[in-house]
Amino acid sequence: MSTPEKPPVMCALCNRALVPTQVNVAYLGNAFPVELLKCPTCGQVFIPEDLALGKMVEVEKQLEDK
Amino acid sequence: MEQKDLRALEELCIQECAPPCAAACPIHVDARAVLLDLAKGDVDTALNTLRRTVPFPGIVGRICEQPCRVVCNRGKVGADVKDAPIEIAALERACVDYGVVKVDKNRPQPKRNKHVAIVGGGLSGLTAAHDLARKGYIVSVYEALDPLGGRLWSYPEERLPHAMITTELSLIETLGVEVHLNTPVGEALTLDELRDHNEAVYLAIGAEAGMTFGLALDGTGKIVVDPVTFATSRDGVFAGGSLLRGHAAQAIDSIADGRRAAISIDRYLQNVSLTASRVGEGSVESCLYTRVDDIAPAAIIPLDAIVGYSRADAEREAARCFQCECMECVKVCEYLAHYKRYPRKLVREVYNNLSIVKGTRYSNQMINACSLCGLCAEVCPTDLDTGAINLQARETMVAQKRMPPSAHDFALRDMAFSRSEAFAAARNAPGTTSSDVVFFPGCQLSSASPEQVQQVYAYLGGALPAETRLGLLLGCCGAPAEWAGRKDLVAENLTGLREQLQGLGNPKVVLACSSCIRSFKARLPEVAVLSLWDLMAERGLPAGAQPGNGRVVNVHDACATRHEAGLQDNVRALLDRLGYTIEELPRSKARTTCCGYGGVQWLADPVVADKVVARRVEEGSADYVAYCAMCRDFLARGGKPTVHLLDLIFGTSGADFKTEAERPALGWSQRHENRARLKRDILTKVWGEPMDGPDPIDTLRLIVSAEVRARLEKRLILDEDIRRVIAHAERTGRRLVHPDTGRYLATHKPVAVTYWVEYAPVGDAYEVFNAYSHRMEVVEDPPKQGQSE
Ligand code: SF4
Ligand code: SF4
Ligand code: SF4
Ligand SMILES: [Zn+2]
Repeated sequence: MSTPEKPPVMCALCNRALVPTQVNVAYLGNAFPVELLKCPTCGQVFIPEDLALGKMVEVEKQLEDK
Repeated sequence: MEQKDLRALEELCIQECAPPCAAACPIHVDARAVLLDLAKGDVDTALNTLRRTVPFPGIVGRICEQPCRVVCNRGKVGADVKDAPIEIAALERACVDYGVVKVDKNRPQPKRNKHVAIVGGGLSGLTAAHDLARKGYIVSVYEALDPLGGRLWSYPEERLPHAMITTELSLIETLGVEVHLNTPVGEALTLDELRDHNEAVYLAIGAEAGMTFGLALDGTGKIVVDPVTFATSRDGVFAGGSLLRGHAAQAIDSIADGRRAAISIDRYLQNVSLTASRVGEGSVESCLYTRVDDIAPAAIIPLDAIVGYSRADAEREAARCFQCECMECVKVCEYLAHYKRYPRKLVREVYNNLSIVKGTRYSNQMINACSLCGLCAEVCPTDLDTGAINLQARETMVAQKRMPPSAHDFALRDMAFSRSEAFAAARNAPGTTSSDVVFFPGCQLSSASPEQVQQVYAYLGGALPAETRLGLLLGCCGAPAEWAGRKDLVAENLTGLREQLQGLGNPKVVLACSSCIRSFKARLPEVAVLSLWDLMAERGLPAGAQPGNGRVVNVHDACATRHEAGLQDNVRALLDRLGYTIEELPRSKARTTCCGYGGVQWLADPVVADKVVARRVEEGSADYVAYCAMCRDFLARGGKPTVHLLDLIFGTSGADFKTEAERPALGWSQRHENRARLKRDILTKVWGEPMDGPDPIDTLRLIVSAEVRARLEKRLILDEDIRRVIAHAERTGRRLVHPDTGRYLATHKPVAVTYWVEYAPVGDAYEVFNAYSHRMEVVEDPPKQGQSE
């Protein structure tokens, strides 16, 4: 389902490439630094499908049971 | 949930009670475990299990009177002729005959500098000597004769070979017990003298000696002994065995007395209570329930009492033991079977889970995965309702603010939809200000069959007496909130329903959904309710029903109506009138099973829900008839052609039975849309209310392929979620784009869940290619705790 061979998405608002940026993701009061693609102009962050349905769900579940 | 409440509930599950054999055995030999290993051919393990409780197994296996066998459940199997109970003693003997003793791991405990004298070298005295020596006491046995063994020597050689006696009793000296043969206690050596040199004395001489040692006697001239502790009137002096029980004493009772006296002596010497927690010692009645009516009879393996069993025959006889246990609920509940827990264990884990302050709560999912169907309580010999425990646990988790946010979110949002303007409505009959009767179809029937809701409303108008003012109430009964442990939301919803019913003139309510019937009866007892099935049975079927022409069907009763016997009968009466032939499922009516929807099992643990439905669809050979919209769809999704009773009563667009039964289950998006459409249609048609503005659903047209649709269903992403994301992206322009395909990737977080949608505008519609969601969110602040994985 995920298609990693596709070229990375661009920001459609600013019409520019996203750049790897250190951002923080948080759930239930716990935050983690992670490197994600982000638009340097408007700040849109791209969360790819495999991250959302893989690692993120895993961590969400762990935090929910804490 | 209080610990004491849970303790009381835990006690109700009798699965851990000793089986009849072990309970009846005065020293509680675990015959079930011994026989299990023996039947498997592992005679060494069997022997070692035996040796943990029996001091002289070779002797006991040959002479034991077998109080265990009298109560063995094998003896209760069979209709006219009962099976013979298991030859337990002979199998214990076989363990000794064929097993090899493993190196003894129960080494004697470190020596204690306390002396105990045992008077009498028979079974009782030697058992006490054995137990106390193991505990590290300095033990001396005084036997009037030579050799040790007392009554044992009176058995014929072929029954109890002398060599066996000598071999097994030599264990006593191996344990370091000092043995004084030809040393009667009484005149030359008095009890006073023994007592002077020993901290405790156990009198275990034969009855024939007639000695009383100056101790207090009862009216019959026997030494007075405490029945629990075996203490005599003299401090530090205990007595048991045939001294008390007389010549007819069973060998196994003498052994038990020795063991129990040893426990008392140990406690006495350690200065702790002799009487505390001694229930269950000696031969007792088992509290274990074991169903035997489904056990196949098995003939006893013939036994020559002198020769004993061959090894092969011993294994075959041991295999007749069916390992008594209860597990009645686990046998019928896929949820308990999946989690490999019987309720006693489960309750303990639930309690632990609720008590965790810091750390992982591993049982959250287990607690949420129960369908709360109540079948367990129906089959349990003590009526323990594990579902009720899980429900209470959920309520506690909510109160502790420990309920995982994702666990019930989807179902609660579905409920919120039903309570929103999109669906909820309360109307008196057109042109009236009060109703005698209102129809409350509930959310699931409205989701599944909006047309049928309208048909039922029309039917009611004709079937009820002409002057009846018939209103309509669209809303939710609150079941999802109840299942989520959300007492607050349950109460809020009830308040709303009460107000609405008041506004309608407190009418009688006709219900068509099983969950609604249960919710109304349990939580709105002041409201008069009538099930649609009861009403139809009384008032007659509408015209145009599909004739059954004798077609055979199985009825799947909804778990929410398991205690509605009258309703179940009426459902069957309606089917009969329609011309269907009913074959009852093995588990039906009060013992029906859940379809996997109850308790939001399908959401909390889809694997368990799949198992539940898979088992259910296997149970009947005919097509199923359900009378709950959710049951219908869950069974159909599980691969069973299933119709809803209303499908037969009204028939949808003349489809034949098979087409109806095999139509696919509805998706979640469709369920929302159907509810919204029902409200719009019925209010327009019956009440003539103008529905101005666009169709509430069609504001944004989506194109979704079947493949994407299936993915969205699985991910529980609704069209309305997708519409919100696209609308947001189109309005703000904030979205990403795949440069090669030109498809947009937009994201939006309406409440708690962040959705991503890959889409492209196609004319005035939007084609959806993919969607996914997550709960974590990107935040601006630096992490509070820098743990990354
Ligand atoms: S069948 Fe087995 S477990 Fe049950 S009472 Fe008999 S010996 Fe004990
Ligand atoms: S039916 Fe289940 S809960 Fe009841 S006693 Fe048996 S094992 Fe325990
Ligand atoms: S309520 Fe139903 S699902 Fe839950 S333990 Fe009892 S039988 Fe199993
Ligand atoms: Zn940008």
